[in-house]
Amino acid sequence: MRITCPLCGARDRREFTYKGAALPVPALEAGVAEWDAHVHLRDNPAGPLEELWQHDMGCGAWLKVTRNTATHEMLGVALAQDAGLAIKEGQP
Amino acid sequence: MQLAAQFPCAGLLPLTIGDVTLTEDTPAAMTLIAPYKGQEKPLSDALNAAHGMGFPAPNRATGKADARAIWFGRAQALLVGPVADPELAAHAALTDLSDGWAVVRLEGARAEEVMARLVPIDLRPQVFKRGHTARTELKHMMASITRVGPKALQIMVFRSFSATLVHDLKRAMEAVAARG
Repeated sequence: MRITCPLCGARDRREFTYKGAALPVPALEAGVAEWDAHVHLRDNPAGPLEELWQHDMGCGAWLKVTRNTATHEMLGVALAQDAGLAIKEGQP
Repeated sequence: MQLAAQFPCAGLLPLTIGDVTLTEDTPAAMTLIAPYKGQEKPLSDALNAAHGMGFPAPNRATGKADARAIWFGRAQALLVGPVADPELAAHAALTDLSDGWAVVRLEGARAEEVMARLVPIDLRPQVFKRGHTARTELKHMMASITRVGPKALQIMVFRSFSATLVHDLKRAMEAVAARG
């Protein structure tokens, strides 16, 4: 399995660590129900799924990876920062 | 009690096995340069004025043997050699990493064959050319690898891994030499 890091190019999976679902972070004051859903509730699709991976053995960047859970095909990779997943100023 | 300063690979290098040689480089200073948001261009200009090289693009190193700027990960580079000009601090966060990394040089016609046993990327000279650098994994260690000559690679790992690095490189050099 290889992931194409937007900075480093195609690299072996051993250089990356899975960091969880690629979800936008709710506002701090969003309330318990929304935060509970953010932390615990997940779909479990057999197909494309958006995930966060970190290229920790390489450039250190956090990536939003779209992976087909049925075939492990890598459908797309972007820097998490460019994908709008970076924590905005004023957020925790 | 008397404490004596030591280089990271003191007592371990140099080493020659077959036609591949492993030596330690001991740059006077190493400084991590992380540009502030939107400051990439002025930083690169300041770096050029102070040390004679621009800020490197991803997977590239700029400068020469005694003063090199090596891309060191997302939005950061490592200045190896000279003490960083304090003027750079106007455009970037500077962190002194001198003594924090072990720096070795692997040289020889079969250096890439040695590395092929240790890292998951292609370091052959037709692919990994002069001025190219990579952050990658070397036997589970976070490493920085830079081509510094037609037959020479610079390898860096955290200083605390220096003995492991030399051990792994030595075993790979022995294995390549044994194949004749």
